[in-house]
Amino acid sequence: MSAIATPARQTASRQNSGGLSTKTINRIVIYGLLALFALFYLMPLFVMLVTSFKTMDEIQNGNMLALPKAPTFDPWLKAWGETCVGLTCAGIKGYFWNSIKMVVPAVLISTMLGALNGYVLTKWRFRGATLVFGLMLFACFIPFQSVLLPMATILGSLGRFGVSLQNSVGTSFGLGNPTVNLVFVHVVYGIGFTTLFFRNYYEAFPNELIKAAQVDGASFFQIFRRIMLPNSMPIFVVTVIYQFTNIWNDFLFASAYAGTGDAMPMTVALNNVVNTSTGVVEYNVNMAAAMIAALPTLIVYVVAGRYFVRGLMAGAVKG
Amino acid sequence: MSTVATTQIKLTPERSRPTVRARLQDALPKIVLAPSFAITIVFVYGFILWTIYLSFTNSKTFPSYVITGSRAYQRLWGWTFDTDPPSSWYTSITNMGIFGFLYILICLALGLFLAILLDQKIRGEGVLRPIYLYPMALSFIVTGVAWKWFLDPGLGLEQTLHQWGWTSFHFDWIKNKDFVIYTVVIAGVWQASGFIMAMFLAGLRGIDGEIMKAAQIDGATTFQLYRRIVIPLLRPIFLSAFIVLAHLAIKSYDLVVALTSGGPGGSAWLPSNFMYEYTFKRNEMAVGSASAVIMLMTIVAIIVPYLYSELREKPR
Repeated sequence: MSAIATPARQTASRQNSGGLSTKTINRIVIYGLLALFALFYLMPLFVMLVTSFKTMDEIQNGNMLALPKAPTFDPWLKAWGETCVGLTCAGIKGYFWNSIKMVVPAVLISTMLGALNGYVLTKWRFRGATLVFGLMLFACFIPFQSVLLPMATILGSLGRFGVSLQNSVGTSFGLGNPTVNLVFVHVVYGIGFTTLFFRNYYEAFPNELIKAAQVDGASFFQIFRRIMLPNSMPIFVVTVIYQFTNIWNDFLFASAYAGTGDAMPMTVALNNVVNTSTGVVEYNVNMAAAMIAALPTLIVYVVAGRYFVRGLMAGAVKG
Repeated sequence: MSTVATTQIKLTPERSRPTVRARLQDALPKIVLAPSFAITIVFVYGFILWTIYLSFTNSKTFPSYVITGSRAYQRLWGWTFDTDPPSSWYTSITNMGIFGFLYILICLALGLFLAILLDQKIRGEGVLRPIYLYPMALSFIVTGVAWKWFLDPGLGLEQTLHQWGWTSFHFDWIKNKDFVIYTVVIAGVWQASGFIMAMFLAGLRGIDGEIMKAAQIDGATTFQLYRRIVIPLLRPIFLSAFIVLAHLAIKSYDLVVALTSGGPGGSAWLPSNFMYEYTFKRNEMAVGSASAVIMLMTIVAIIVPYLYSELREKPR
């Protein structure tokens, strides 16, 4: 092998003395390819962004890649406040808030539960802990199609129960409210991942500290609050970002349990805006709506990309 | 390990009679974990059993609990391309095969390629890496909307190239029932390949520099170095990446909806779309449930051996 390789290296060094060395050519090729792929990844976002600032006239007659000649913010305003989602024409702002109202509680509850579960599974091990964890972990990977219909049935009966409560007691306690339903669904199918994150993080946390605290008479919750929580900041950030991105971007649950009416989350509303077939299709408004739907997760990515990647990795590489 | 510690603590103050309080303290960890575990058992495993049960009934618009045997499965598999109308299920699984194979292969190849390029001590890596990775932060719906626009023959790429003078350029895959699934591959690869790149890059950074140096001293060319030494060392990453991609591919639903609205005549459907349509729109709950069960079995076949080995590897 080395016998074959050596002449190649000699040629390389011989060429070095000449004008353009192989090394320089290599570097040019590498940078060229990297730049080309950067274009590939940036292109759709670029097109979406410039289109959202163009007038319809310019879209129909101009070039997709051209910068807007007379940038206008109107498509964004229209997408936010006027565009039609199905039959209601009040923009996507209501649906944006729906998503916020769904995401915030779902992320907080699932993260808190995950932290507690991870704490129990690593620091208060009991017989069968690995099995419990294994069962919860597998739940992360099931295709949600296999639970979609039973969940719809249960949510339907809870909704009917809520109506009868409303009639008899005067409040439904949130039963049957699509946003509450979605929070519940996302918590149920999110705790597997949050537990995984915290378990792996707490696994490396020194047991001696816990034992010392126990000897000092600290209780289960005191140890969690005083020792674990203050040292969990990084994993909290990772988990919150991961859950936020997943739940904000979810479409399957959203369309199955809140697919129509005023409670639609952002992703469903966006899909409806784009596929509304009545009248002239306003591409600039569609693109602005898509940008609005993408912005929260994009901002999180730009601000805390490192943690975002760590979350993805933790979801992919277990141990 | 920690169980021992708990008993010791309990013994010191209350040796004579374990009060209710002490016993409660002792059971507290399990009480805290119990709700999550119960939720998982009921809403994951219970619901899976429920779906399996439904797939053996004659449920149509509403769930029915009369067992009618494997009728739904027979309908699913006995209904082929030759029947009229041709089978949507066969279309879905054929698409799954095409999409799954190309999506996984291209993501792995492109991810590895980009990771190797980025690992050549590149200036500006800090700028390029986030650019490759950001699509992963987007919703499939946004990705679908963006690519739908980009691939539209009248507005997107084709139109642009026509304006630039390449008038013979023709690209209408997104409207063509035989090719629409390949546009889903393009958009899917665009979204996930950057993440696979990040996984490989992390793997490459973890390789001991000494091994590389030793190989170079032995006179290995760069190509040989990667083919013989680096890529075999990355085997665990290949496995993880494969699992991630297979899992994403089988779950893909949103992308097909947003990018193609199902394609002409449902030609872009994946099993997930089939399940949704049959369960919620075509009033064939039993058939929809049967397809969900088949999807689940596929995932189980891939994930369970993987999880088992992952949880086994580190006995404590």
